Amino acid sequence: MNWTVLRVTARALFGRRRFFLLLPLPALMVGLAALADGLGASPVDWAPPVILGLGLGVVLPVLALVIGAGVLGAEIDDGTIVHILAKPLPRREIILAKLVVAVVVTAVAVGIPMYVTGVMADSPRFGLGLVVGSTLGAAAYSALFLALSLLTRRPVLVGLVYVLIWEGLLGNVLSGTQVLSIRQYVITVADRVGPSDLLATSVSVPVALGMAFVFTVGATVLAVDRLRSFSIVGETS
Amino acid sequence: MSVELRAVSRWYGNVVAVNDITMSLAGGVTGLLGPNGAGKTTVLHMIAGFLAPSKGEVLVQGQPSWRNPSVYSGLGLVSEREAVHGFLTGWEFVLASAKLHRLRDPDAAARRAVELVEMAPAQARRIDTYSKGMRQRIRVAASLVHDPSVLLLDEPFNGMDPRQRLQMMDLLHAMGDEGRTVLFSSHILEEVEQVSGTVQVIVAGRLAASGDYRTIRRLMTNRPHVFTVRSSDDRRLGAVLMAEPSVNGVDLDPALGLTVRAGDYGTFTRTLPKLARAQRIRVERVLPADESLESVFTYLVGSS
Repeated sequence: MNWTVLRVTARALFGRRRFFLLLPLPALMVGLAALADGLGASPVDWAPPVILGLGLGVVLPVLALVIGAGVLGAEIDDGTIVHILAKPLPRREIILAKLVVAVVVTAVAVGIPMYVTGVMADSPRFGLGLVVGSTLGAAAYSALFLALSLLTRRPVLVGLVYVLIWEGLLGNVLSGTQVLSIRQYVITVADRVGPSDLLATSVSVPVALGMAFVFTVGATVLAVDRLRSFSIVGETS
Repeated sequence: MSVELRAVSRWYGNVVAVNDITMSLAGGVTGLLGPNGAGKTTVLHMIAGFLAPSKGEVLVQGQPSWRNPSVYSGLGLVSEREAVHGFLTGWEFVLASAKLHRLRDPDAAARRAVELVEMAPAQARRIDTYSKGMRQRIRVAASLVHDPSVLLLDEPFNGMDPRQRLQMMDLLHAMGDEGRTVLFSSHILEEVEQVSGTVQVIVAGRLAASGDYRTIRRLMTNRPHVFTVRSSDDRRLGAVLMAEPSVNGVDLDPALGLTVRAGDYGTFTRTLPKLARAQRIRVERVLPADESLESVFTYLVGSS
């Protein structure tokens, strides 16, 4: 773990206005839950759209996307990455430091509102399940989107296609795609830790844990390899 | 040799950016000279390990620089793009560099580097409040913090005022005198002339000339030149000039005057006033017609 890279990454992330523009999203989720709860609606009616649709369908992946693609992508875009790369550091140290920042920030920014919403919908146990699931999701999504920022110049766009088209649209129509859907792993793990009638799972626990591991480690290894071959292009003179 | 390129080429699709360059650099300051778009940055990026050569080998202190981060312990790079982490202060930026290099005493190394570029008075300010020249200097400090034996700088004088230029030139001189290998790129002849004794001239991706600056300078001044000349009697002057061995050809245009193609710059410019005086012809104007840097470089390509 390289603490210098970690500190510079965290300061860059919190210094960007884009990051704070994301915070209304989790607040919206808690607000909707509180409103429904306050109006006396049954959790069976409001929890699936708020927790599954908004929370795990939008808040978690979008925060992970903007943060995960930004921890390295922003430095690639503005060229400051050169200062970090022109050092005798193993590339895995750089990737791991970036990944830790992305996972921790995403997990905290999503975990807290998830817990609050989970307690309102069912119980602290259910809230804890959502926190564990979201943290697992934060790791897998962050690793994926971090790798994307090294594979394409438009990581946010490609990431949105994955989240909205693959997980959101195809995941509902073609059940086969759910095995490759991080959202399904999150739901399965959350339901296992805090069982309730509110979440419908579609993959087994071993598949969810195994595939989340494959996503996280695979994407990280890929990112390390891509960073080793990082080229400066487009400004040759 | 601390930097070696062996038959290095780099292409992007069908476009050849660098074509079969072989060069080796030892201690001292070397200027990488060439017009914009010649491939200087591509060469520097390949040496710095930020671009793979399509063909050939790039070695820094005997090791390939591509996919080999360990070369950076002896290599410093100041890229042309002036991007820095603007939210850091100058001091934090240089100190972070020292820490990333895992230096034993990062504070002392950062202090020394900041003092070397005379940025100590502004080190507590955020970099995004710096002027262009100050940013350039803090970037130089960050790339010197680990005392590298090879330093690469891409157009280091861009955006600097005359005083900062002089200071940077002194710094490069001092580093070269200490035996470090300093390679900097420039498209301005005078900059290179003032800083380095050795130059590598790149034109259209090829190494056009290489070696001592004075030799190349002579090659440049001895090349054929085209002049336009206006005088009190163009026709007679043209006839007299044609008899001169240093003149290869003369065109007479009533509107423009004479266009003279001289075989070599020095002899012609010495002969013209003598001839005119002997013939009692008043020379009103002598203009070199092809003094652009590109034409100098193009000539060098032809003669290399």
